[in-house]
Amino acid sequence: MASPLTRDDVAHVARLARLHCTDEELDRFTAQLGAVLDHAEDVASLDIDDVEPMVHPYPLVNVLRDDEPGVTSDRDEVLAAAPLSEDRQFRVPAILGEEA
Amino acid sequence: MSAEQTAGNGADGAGIVVSDTTGDRWETVVGLEVHAELATATKLFSSAPNAFGDEPNTNIDPTSLGLPGSLPVLNRRAVELAMAVGLALNCDVRPCVFARKNYFYPDMPKNYQISQFDQPLNVDGYLELPDGRRIGIERAHVEEDTGKNSHVGGDGRIHGAEHSLIDYNRAGVPLIEIVGRPDLRSADDARAYVSELRAVLVAIGASDGKMEEGSLRIDANVSVRPVGSDELGLRCEIKNVNSLRSLGRAIEYEARRQVDVIEGGERVRQETRHWDEEAGRTRPGRSKEEAEDYRYFPEPDLVPLVPDPDWIAKVAEGLPPLPAERRRRLAEAAGVLPAQVALHVERDLDHLALAAIERGGDPARVVNHVEHNLAVDGAEALDPGYFAALVTMEVSGELTATQAKAVLAEMVTSGRAPAEIAAERGYEAMDTAALDVALDEVIAEHPDDWAAYVAADDPKKAKKLAGFFVGKVMKATAGQADGKAVNQALAARRAASGG
Repeated sequence: MASPLTRDDVAHVARLARLHCTDEELDRFTAQLGAVLDHAEDVASLDIDDVEPMVHPYPLVNVLRDDEPGVTSDRDEVLAAAPLSEDRQFRVPAILGEEA
Repeated sequence: MSAEQTAGNGADGAGIVVSDTTGDRWETVVGLEVHAELATATKLFSSAPNAFGDEPNTNIDPTSLGLPGSLPVLNRRAVELAMAVGLALNCDVRPCVFARKNYFYPDMPKNYQISQFDQPLNVDGYLELPDGRRIGIERAHVEEDTGKNSHVGGDGRIHGAEHSLIDYNRAGVPLIEIVGRPDLRSADDARAYVSELRAVLVAIGASDGKMEEGSLRIDANVSVRPVGSDELGLRCEIKNVNSLRSLGRAIEYEARRQVDVIEGGERVRQETRHWDEEAGRTRPGRSKEEAEDYRYFPEPDLVPLVPDPDWIAKVAEGLPPLPAERRRRLAEAAGVLPAQVALHVERDLDHLALAAIERGGDPARVVNHVEHNLAVDGAEALDPGYFAALVTMEVSGELTATQAKAVLAEMVTSGRAPAEIAAERGYEAMDTAALDVALDEVIAEHPDDWAAYVAADDPKKAKKLAGFFVGKVMKATAGQADGKAVNQALAARRAASGG
């Protein structure tokens, strides 16, 4: 049995995802995510000692393409779709230090 | 600077001045992680071009931008180059799985980087240094590069930046991350390792190895421990070293800092630190790595990569001779140690040296000329037969060492035969009679020095005076006399004079 999901776990994951959660949201998400994990616990209770780990459902390996340049996206079009752009680049808020 | 004053290991690291040395009680331990951009035409998972220095955000497509609905398709060339790196580093090349490394930072627009985690492509290899030591390679895995962030505002550094601009040209460029074991013991070791690794990567065409363009990037894990200890100390990961010189300086600084911390009675804190080239020091970095909680899981959009033995054998067949092998080959032919021909291989002149030796050139002189007199453009085009002929003229005494050097230089620029150049320059071995005449004149001009030389009991003094006379004779003959022959003639004359 994995230890039950705590409110701190949810706050930690939210911080990693740089999501701002209110106290009320943290309570709500802890309950909701906890229910999802409880469901997964049912799977964890199965005896799978003889089962090979599966990394992909398709029985395929080595799907490769040749190293040949293809079509690129139009910069102006792409930048126009961004919330902010500047000097031919995407502009984003300063990320580091904002939690200082 | 006392340990008390320097032990501060505060969050901003301000005010730390470290000692000049680590003393003789401490050993530095270094393990390097090297990221090399693979020399493909396109990105790891899409057909957008992999090119350095292009206009920002021109080498992009939906996959590089992590747009919804885009899917990665693995680049065959990138895989084969990565396999070649693994084989060149004596790794076990294995079936592998790609994994998502989750972190939220705008240099990776899909909020995860596709990398490899618990099942990397290459494991358990080693790199052989010119001195013969083998440095362990833990793994060499494939991953995609991130976009390039420029921080704007503030003082231009990350701290205090108001916003960032992002160029996604680099996002998705194929990388191989080569994780070395902590087998290095000094800054010099680390530089030797990176030089050798770069030479291997360039030799097999896996990467251009340009540190200045960021195609080769190094993180250094540095720790210190008491001499004689087998345990590893707590380490710091040093980032932002952009040249071999910075790497050496950063390691030396960091080791001294850690010794000061420990001798000051504190503990080294395991952390990421950034090298500040201008200030010549490392400082604690706040960065995306701080979280260290990447929640890896297998990448569902990619199937496993399983290099079968035939494929591996085919890649192995395509490998050129590697630097270590080339050093061994030339060293064997020349009868010297591999470390003595490291420069020859580094300058790509080992083939020339080998060919000249095969054509009968005296090995020691061939190796010597390549090391000292051929660090010039065009040396690689030198005709090995002519080179061997020149060395033979030198050995036979037809040319003095000085003359041989001059002829060699002209051979490189003109491509002509040594005999032709020597004749044109009027280089002929000076016969004994002419040498005797020159010697007579010099002795006559310096009777006091000669008397002192003949009478000298102190070998040091005799040697010094001998050097004086040889120099005079060389000058009088405009360098045409053979230094060795002058020495012999001088010694014979001294003995005849009762010295």
